[in-house]
Amino acid sequence: MSKGSHAVDFRAENIVATFGKRTAVDDVSLLCAAGAVTAIIGPSGCGKSTLLRCFNRLHERVPGARVSGRAFIAGDDIYSSTANVVTLRRRIGMVFQRATPFPTMTVYENVASGIRPGTPGSARGAVRDSVERALRRAALWDDVRDRLNASALSLSGGQQQRLCIARALATEPQVLLLDEPTASLDPLSTQRIEELVYDLRRDVTVIIVTHNLQQAARVSDRTAFMLNGKVVEMSDTGTLFTTPCDSRTEAYVTGRFG
Amino acid sequence: MSDIVPTEPTAKINQPVLARTIAVRRRSGSMMIVLIYVASALALLPLILILGHIVVRGFSALSAGFFIHLPAPAGVSGGGMANGIGGTMLLIGIASLVSLPIGLGAGLFLVERRGSRLANIVRFLADVLNGLPSIVLGVVAWELLVRPVGHFSALAGGLTLGVLMIPLVTRATEEMVRLVPVALSEAALALGFSEFRTAFVVVVRTALPGIITGALVAMARIAGETAPLLFTALGNAYWSWDLSKPIAALPLQVYAFALSPYDDWRAQAWTGALVLVLIVLVIGLLSRVAVRSRQRLSGAATVSGSSRV
Repeated sequence: MSKGSHAVDFRAENIVATFGKRTAVDDVSLLCAAGAVTAIIGPSGCGKSTLLRCFNRLHERVPGARVSGRAFIAGDDIYSSTANVVTLRRRIGMVFQRATPFPTMTVYENVASGIRPGTPGSARGAVRDSVERALRRAALWDDVRDRLNASALSLSGGQQQRLCIARALATEPQVLLLDEPTASLDPLSTQRIEELVYDLRRDVTVIIVTHNLQQAARVSDRTAFMLNGKVVEMSDTGTLFTTPCDSRTEAYVTGRFG
Repeated sequence: MSDIVPTEPTAKINQPVLARTIAVRRRSGSMMIVLIYVASALALLPLILILGHIVVRGFSALSAGFFIHLPAPAGVSGGGMANGIGGTMLLIGIASLVSLPIGLGAGLFLVERRGSRLANIVRFLADVLNGLPSIVLGVVAWELLVRPVGHFSALAGGLTLGVLMIPLVTRATEEMVRLVPVALSEAALALGFSEFRTAFVVVVRTALPGIITGALVAMARIAGETAPLLFTALGNAYWSWDLSKPIAALPLQVYAFALSPYDDWRAQAWTGALVLVLIVLVIGLLSRVAVRSRQRLSGAATVSGSSRV
């Protein structure tokens, strides 16, 4: 098990994801460089969330869903037949559109839940340290330090989302997938999470799916534009927003559709 | 914006007609409200009459002795139904031991394999079993559990009640687990939880208060079952904890005493009915306590949205 904290490249090759007969992601290949934030933008239903869910092998769990293609985290093929899904998902954290704190657990237990019992770092003191470090990285420590034993549901919506980020960070993932993490949050919570994403890039390879073009422009280094399951264009965020090559990208980022 | 801009009314509103229309609507509205109140009062009336009657008739013989004494012989006043109360508890215990693991497992299966042909068959059979008249179950249990052994037994009674409980526990488990948002299990999996740990630490744990409520409701439901016990547990005038022997049960005792020609016994039957209602009430209260902690679950469901469908 790697110590994490050192960002690694994440690469996808020819990913095709289907629900029954419908193709949601159609032959997508992309490279998310170590230590950078990659944004995936595109209109609703273009397959960006599905693509993200292929990156930690959640998509294949949906009844009737299939994936083909390959994806590599630091060179390890996550779709190889010998890959251990549980171990993989510990290296690839994910935060969803809606906050999903475990309702029966306290704030502390939520963050500690991903730290696997029985591993060397799981002695009580070490867990405590990891929980505090994760909460600090998620900029939540000052909000919850006095109520670590309160129910996770007692937190506000923005705090719950940051709790989920802390929970994902506690396992020291190398890649962090964010699926519209601020879609249901107020502007202030959104800002805090964007700052957080900006700070995380040094240690973690971040891939963020977002509806919000300004958000993509603010937090990401590279941006991929998806349409109808395909990546139309991927380049440096500044380039993509100012001088896109493809006319469809231009139409989208200038707000003419989607 | 358009509704802020004053617009010219297309037709003049006829004020007197409008007033009359409103009056008519008000009147029919209040009439419907009165009808609704009457309907709910009528629906509650039988329950109130039954409970009131049981309390009035049963309270006189209710004493501490009722809970610690064996039934008195005919003509002797006093006595109680301690053996019946204990027997009912034991039967509920056996039934729960049998039905909870099976019902839980079947409920989880129905959620996990939802949509599959086998799951649909299991769900349908559970509903059929649930709708089966309990006396039918009693006759079958007599044929399968009593006749081959040669005598009535507590075990046969408990098993039969357990079979009655299984569909209730199954459906309660299925419905409560289905309430747990898929997003929650995906969050657990994304953290590197195994499927097993996700199922038990997150999904079942979140649904647990609801499952407990369902189990308690099922216990309350079988506590008063009489028909199947007539064919299996039979009843017993004395103390017995032997699972292979006939055992007393509160509903059986009430049944036997209520049909007797002796006034003392009939009074005891009323008290027995009252105690039975009290037992069901206590179980119901316990489930209310469990429901209160379940509100946390519904809170989670609204936060994280979509449930398993």
